[in-house]
Amino acid sequence: MTLQPADTVVQSIDWAAIAPPVLVVLTALAALVSDLWLPRRAAGVLTAVSVGGVAAALVAVGLLWGRVRGTFCLPAEAGELPACSYVVNEVTLVFQAVVLAGTLVVLLLAAAEVREHDLPAGELHFLVLAATVGALTLAAARDLATLVVSLEVVSLPAFALVGLRRGHLRGAEAALTFFLVSVVSVAVMLYGVGLVYGATGHLHLDRIAAALADPEVRTPVATAGVLLTLVGLAFKIGAVPFHAWIPDTYAGAPVSVAAYLSVVSKAAGLVGLVVVVGQAFPTYSDVWGPAVAVLAVLTMTVGNVGALRQRGAVRLLAWSSIAQSGYLLVPLGVASSGVEGVALGDALSATVAYLCIYAAVNLAAFGVVTVVSRNRPAGDLADYRGLVRTEPVSALALGFALLCLAGLPPGVAGLWAKVVVLDAAVSGGAGWLAVAVVANTVIGLAYYLRWTALLFATPRDAVPPSYDVPLASAVAVGLAVSVGVVLSVLPQPVLGLTSSWAVLLG
Amino acid sequence: MSWLLPLALAVPLAGSVLLTLLPRRTGDRAAAWLGVALSAATFGVVLGAAGAFDRTRPQQVQLETDLPWVPAFGMRFHLGVDGVSLPFLVLTALLVLCCCVYTVRVRPVAGRVKALTALVLLLELGMLGTFMALDLLLFFLFFEVVLVPMWFVIAWWGDPQDRAGRTTAATTFILYTLAGSALMLAGFLLVGAQAGTLDLVELASRSGEGLTPRVQLLAALAIVGGLSVKVPLWPLHTWLPDAHAKAPTVGSVLLAGVLLKMGSYGLVRVALPVVPDGVARIAPWLAGLAVVGIVYGSLACLAQRDLKRLVAYSSVGHMGFVVLGVATVTPVGVNGSIYAGLAHGVITGLLFFLAGAIKDRHGTTELAALGGGLYARLPRLGALLAFACVASLGLPGLAGFWGEMLSLAGAFRPSEVLQRPYSLVLMAVAGAGAVLTAAYLLMVVRRVCQGRDEIGARLPVLGDVTGHEVTAWGPLVALTLVLGVWPGLVLTMTDPAVQALLGGGG
Repeated sequence: MTLQPADTVVQSIDWAAIAPPVLVVLTALAALVSDLWLPRRAAGVLTAVSVGGVAAALVAVGLLWGRVRGTFCLPAEAGELPACSYVVNEVTLVFQAVVLAGTLVVLLLAAAEVREHDLPAGELHFLVLAATVGALTLAAARDLATLVVSLEVVSLPAFALVGLRRGHLRGAEAALTFFLVSVVSVAVMLYGVGLVYGATGHLHLDRIAAALADPEVRTPVATAGVLLTLVGLAFKIGAVPFHAWIPDTYAGAPVSVAAYLSVVSKAAGLVGLVVVVGQAFPTYSDVWGPAVAVLAVLTMTVGNVGALRQRGAVRLLAWSSIAQSGYLLVPLGVASSGVEGVALGDALSATVAYLCIYAAVNLAAFGVVTVVSRNRPAGDLADYRGLVRTEPVSALALGFALLCLAGLPPGVAGLWAKVVVLDAAVSGGAGWLAVAVVANTVIGLAYYLRWTALLFATPRDAVPPSYDVPLASAVAVGLAVSVGVVLSVLPQPVLGLTSSWAVLLG
Repeated sequence: MSWLLPLALAVPLAGSVLLTLLPRRTGDRAAAWLGVALSAATFGVVLGAAGAFDRTRPQQVQLETDLPWVPAFGMRFHLGVDGVSLPFLVLTALLVLCCCVYTVRVRPVAGRVKALTALVLLLELGMLGTFMALDLLLFFLFFEVVLVPMWFVIAWWGDPQDRAGRTTAATTFILYTLAGSALMLAGFLLVGAQAGTLDLVELASRSGEGLTPRVQLLAALAIVGGLSVKVPLWPLHTWLPDAHAKAPTVGSVLLAGVLLKMGSYGLVRVALPVVPDGVARIAPWLAGLAVVGIVYGSLACLAQRDLKRLVAYSSVGHMGFVVLGVATVTPVGVNGSIYAGLAHGVITGLLFFLAGAIKDRHGTTELAALGGGLYARLPRLGALLAFACVASLGLPGLAGFWGEMLSLAGAFRPSEVLQRPYSLVLMAVAGAGAVLTAAYLLMVVRRVCQGRDEIGARLPVLGDVTGHEVTAWGPLVALTLVLGVWPGLVLTMTDPAVQALLGGGG
């Protein structure tokens, strides 16, 4: 471990470790500034700059692979490791890679939307990149203060992004809903953080874990603190009962922003949850485990049942995204540091595997939705009737993505994801959780299949509209779908990614 | 390592992809002929595999392919055949070929032969794969492959007069079977987690060793329960009548001929050898429900007013014999179960072809609307229908006889899992059910074939069985005879394999 204790007043910083967020910060600034000079027509340059910056950050993540680094550390006391606020390990890098890849696809999708809907390009890029910086630091944050600040850095630009459409009443309303729910949940989370700090006297996750391992610290105050801390993160991933903002927000936001929220922002919430429960509260798994399991069942059920009634594409994806959050929580619900249940490391790798697959196919689905909503801004499911006649490639891509989300062949990637989740529930001995997953898979198929069938149905109009698919959107969807296809055939890279996590997190 | 089995999967898969990629203006005729060529090639490969199979040691798994696929799950791409799976492979490839040949002349009303052929080939991939898979997860994967294609086949090419009904039937089918297979997956994962392997050969050789009675019971409940939906076992059969009745001829043939066998094959291949004690504990229930299904199916048939629905309900009864044979857990019963399954595939496939031919010529399969006098109107079609009916009722000398007789013989001397008096009662009731079966099938012959032709004059010009139809159905008629007079052809292969599966030797 390369850990640098701060032995002088001027803290030494491991710049390599923080290279990915720094690169994105620079890109964000470059995008904002260059927008001032570029003519409106040259939005393509802006996209190139942002995508280039994100790609560079992705390369940096790749280069960091294999070594554990920590920076912004407290001086170590005798006989213990220094406590660092920013740690780069496999967990961090996997999430950072997902976040960056997701951002890259979203930026490509936004390129066409900016032109179509006359969105402010510079602002959009700046805000997306700024939120991404938050997500990147969140993945590396190892103390509660950094964590909360990162979470806010993800959220604040998102409020503005949701309300980005000028003169769009629904957008403004969506932004306000999002803002209010977010503020409340962060307030609750801060209260929890306060309680945990009060009970343990520490902010660094590993120190908290050490303190909480002492049975004398195990007071109602600490327990309440643990649970309340999780509230803010549950909001971010849209777990029930903190899900109500999602459908309105997604439907009101530009479609690419909805894609961003459903993938990048959710990944950020999830990494926060994983790191906090894995590293700070492992000894409280008996407290948060059942709570997360119940949340998981509620979330997938509410999301799936809600999705059944939807007539709009984005709203359906919004409810489906709630349901998918439920599946994501299942492995954490059976995780435990004790002998019962699934080892924490295995549970976390299951969650991460699910997230990687979900991110790819969900972005593909949103990508096709952005394309279709160019000519059909209402975004009704009925608009997709007979899409295969005019846009066979887009229709096949969307069909594949939807069947992946449903977890049925030919969407084999999604099938692996469902197997991962069910495996966790079964090996964790939680039969009721497994039954809930089974039942929800069936409900989920009903609406995914209805949409898929529409794609191939006979069109109602004599001449169905064709969509001149923009290059950037095509590249974005192509990237997402190829990841989905590759993961269908060779899922091992994401499934076996993080088997050594127990050590890293323990 | 043999390339025959992977090739038998690769041909339909590649063919399906090829047909999807062909331009839309590809003629129906060309697409249908391509389908014939591809399914004939597949049938050729399967026959090649049957030729390469060493019939002197059918209890051994042969022509194996065993490659690592997803190490994270411990899943391997493990294919192989033994005496139990080989007959099903041949049946599947033959039925698909018959369907493709049939489609060349008798085009579906809904058109789109290219898409239909692509889906049928995809179905073939799933069906063949299921009968070859020797890894629990691989079995599950292939099991799922058939769902989406069959949904489309029923929902698009189904009953042209009942648009809403056929979609409902398709959706009911897919949701029921998905619920079943997801439950089955939970059982597989439980076995995998407890036994540490997913390999069917290895699990069968352990014969349940290392699995606690509680785990065996839970896994058996999940696996048998899930497979029972597919079989289907009363009272889980409710999806079947609509799906069979609304599906196009090709869909009904494959659904009844092969898809149901995937369920009963799973009972023999997975449930019996992997969790023998668990199956033993639920065997009394299984046998009881199977017999209820036999009687219920027969009674329901007596009340049907539609020929297609009648044939569909008859499947419930016939599959009852198949399950009863398995539930006796004796070599005789299990052999009978396999034989009854094969015979049902051949005979019911033929019956659905004939029902489809009647529907094409009369525009209906309502018994009342058909009146009588098929012998007078279309003598050759009438004779074939009568032949298929007496084959289905189990006339000695035709295929339907041996399987049901062996099932009943198994129930006469059951293994210790069933108490003798209970089993004898079951046997008696099942025997009475067989009499009822004869009653309704003879009723069909009397009401449809015999009597005065009253509607012939009002119908447009009717052609009797064409040479083309003889080509498509001929193999099934011939097999019905061959299986009837030479049961040893199949039983010499299945019996050693069944002994091995029941006895725990590999």
